[in-house]
Amino acid sequence: MQVENKTFKPTIVAFCCNWCSYAGADLAGSARLSYPAEVKIIRIPCSCRLNPMFILKAFQRGADGVILCGCHPGDCHYTTGNYYARRRMTTLFSMLNYLGIEKERTRVEWVSAAEGAKFSAVMNDFVATITALGENKKLEDLRCKK
Amino acid sequence: MKKIGVFVCWCGSNIAATVDVKAVVEACKKEPNVVFAEDYQYICSEIGQNKMADAIRDYKLDGVVICSCSPRMHEATFRKTAEKAGLNPYMIEVANIREQCSWIHKDIEEGTEKAIVLARTAIAKVLLNAPLQAGESKVTKRALVIGGGIAGIQSALDIADAGFEVDIVEKKPSIGGKMSQLDKTFPTLDCSACILTPKMVDVSAHEKINIFAYSEVEAVSGFVGNFTAKIRQKARYVDTAKCTGCRACMEKCPSKKSLNEFNAGLDTRPAIYIPFAQAVPNKATIDPNACIKLKTGKCGICSKVCTAGAIDYEQKDQIIEREYGAIVVATGYNIINLDKFNELGYSDCKDVITSLEFERLTNAAGPTKGHLICPSDGREPKKIVFVQCVGSRGLRPCDKQYCSKICCMYTAKHAMLLREKHPETEVYVFYIDVRTPGKNYDEFYRRAVEQYGVHYIKGQVGKVIEKDGHLEVQASDLLADEQLHIDADLVVLAAAIEADDTARKIGTMLTASMDTNDFFTEAHAKLKPVESPTAGIFLSGMCQGPKDIPDTVAQAGAAAVKVIGLLSKDTLKCNACVASPNENMCNGCSLCATVCPYGAITYVDKEFRIPGGVQVRRVSQVNEAICQGCGACTVACMSGAMDLKGFTNKEIMAEVESICK
Repeated sequence: MQVENKTFKPTIVAFCCNWCSYAGADLAGSARLSYPAEVKIIRIPCSCRLNPMFILKAFQRGADGVILCGCHPGDCHYTTGNYYARRRMTTLFSMLNYLGIEKERTRVEWVSAAEGAKFSAVMNDFVATITALGENKKLEDLRCKK
Repeated sequence: MKKIGVFVCWCGSNIAATVDVKAVVEACKKEPNVVFAEDYQYICSEIGQNKMADAIRDYKLDGVVICSCSPRMHEATFRKTAEKAGLNPYMIEVANIREQCSWIHKDIEEGTEKAIVLARTAIAKVLLNAPLQAGESKVTKRALVIGGGIAGIQSALDIADAGFEVDIVEKKPSIGGKMSQLDKTFPTLDCSACILTPKMVDVSAHEKINIFAYSEVEAVSGFVGNFTAKIRQKARYVDTAKCTGCRACMEKCPSKKSLNEFNAGLDTRPAIYIPFAQAVPNKATIDPNACIKLKTGKCGICSKVCTAGAIDYEQKDQIIEREYGAIVVATGYNIINLDKFNELGYSDCKDVITSLEFERLTNAAGPTKGHLICPSDGREPKKIVFVQCVGSRGLRPCDKQYCSKICCMYTAKHAMLLREKHPETEVYVFYIDVRTPGKNYDEFYRRAVEQYGVHYIKGQVGKVIEKDGHLEVQASDLLADEQLHIDADLVVLAAAIEADDTARKIGTMLTASMDTNDFFTEAHAKLKPVESPTAGIFLSGMCQGPKDIPDTVAQAGAAAVKVIGLLSKDTLKCNACVASPNENMCNGCSLCATVCPYGAITYVDKEFRIPGGVQVRRVSQVNEAICQGCGACTVACMSGAMDLKGFTNKEIMAEVESICK
């Protein structure tokens, strides 16, 4: 049996709202607070723009973890967007259980534009969690892979 | 086939040091539809911009991807260039390979790999982008200034002088801020009140300026040009329209034991008070925590002595809603709490004071009428020790890592004034470094040492202990390499400066970035020093970092100019990324309208051609001037009819796919 030497590098999609979390990620960058390169950020205007379907699709395409970051509750640039996001994600969590996906593979975190340190800490922690969970094979659609 | 061009920026060595830009260019060239890819040192420079414009024209590009710094930094720049070159500005995508790649990764291989994925993702998105047209929004020609210290006052005066309305919101009963508490100002030694109070009077007399004193900003919504702020005007229990500021109530108030904040807690004030003689507005305020009438219902003396009939115990907080085009943050600073500096004895020894307390003790309008005494027993101090950098430039958890900037100069001022007034007093200053950058500052410090004979000792104070009514200061003299024990009568601590405790709340409310010390961050440390990264928010004074009065006034003026520039425009370009329903799929369920926070969605009955006739159906309609593009409706829509321009379902899915490839 061949022992795999290569360390597992998860594929992680981070959806960040433009106003708080994306700015928080930029701040983490300006302060050189590193986090693993596996995290790739997609900018969305608000956490409420995230259709839970995007997360399922990401899993289907082979993502190992998906994280949504938005403004803190009460601080949404659009007043109420993150409340919708919170509800939708709560629903999604119970659905993930049903699908048999570890619900630790998705996470919602509130990161403000001032919290560069928090952004970096959250990403480090999330990547560690996903790395420990290992590859996501439950929902991966092999037809999508060449 | 769409033709895409890719630019990869070096950003000097900011990107090029951790990302192999040539490799990114080569990888991009292999992507489908990419007809052009190039790297350049600085794409944001004029040459870089020209290169981009030329490529757009020469290759007849349909979309451009720029791999560079955060889109929050230069997306607008690139869009403008694209527009000039004849490409719709929304056919530009920025791959953030600096803040979110090169700056956080150290390994070139890792950084390059990630940069390629980010570039590929942006290419995937730009292929699906559609040209968009931005609408226009009106600019409310009024500015809000949060904080009524010298920073807020200067910004407000400058904006108002340009002809725009300004509201100042100050949480304390009077404007004036910390500067009103100071005695003299360095390096000219002119009296602080003499230069500040005329400005305060100008503010109150200015027809374009409204002062909301004893008020706090509760909530802010909206966006640049169109902010709406809720201001809580706290109950003063005094009708300001009637109060004449005669102070009869202050004399007769039986509850006189509240600590006087204005005198840094060195004496007491009555429950009904006007903080200081030149207060603006010169109106009384009742402290509800101290007023006997408000606490027990019995008393009411102030209302009996008030000939103007201004006292109103029933007064309630009022919420005022006002609209603004721009907001200036001038929340100022505080000195740190010294409870954690037990070794210096601040909490235990009465004769260990902060420099702000010292300022009040030497002020002619202060609790001792400017007569310097030891607070413990009222004797005149003969030997005074100043300790610099208390809590500044330290590495312990209770310390601030930064330099508080003003302490070296005000300590030199204190020492000099002391020696001038009381030449028999011995004055010692313990310092780590004396920092005096600024016009005439070093000359001032040298005067303190050379002309006034102040003993400057390089070294830190380890301990201050009380011994037989004296203070023993244990310190080290680093240059002489010896331990010193000085018997002092008074020890003055130059406590570190920190952001005001309301700053974080306000920063969060405005979605303005702050650093880990709660100072507001500027949009660019060098080139946009008075703008917050959030459009329409400007920074004035200490809220952005420690600075002295000249710097504060300069920055306040600069912030005002930026506000004037914004308010002088009649309209601003709106967000082009708005929601748009596909009428063929919409079933008129109105779910989208219920989640829209702006009421931008309405319904119309529309005729649709169907085989064999015409059908009338209810479909949603988006008002593009009102829609802010949050996208809440897009997810709520069950039939998938609603989409968000610029962030369409397809575009986001393409990004996801590209990352997961």
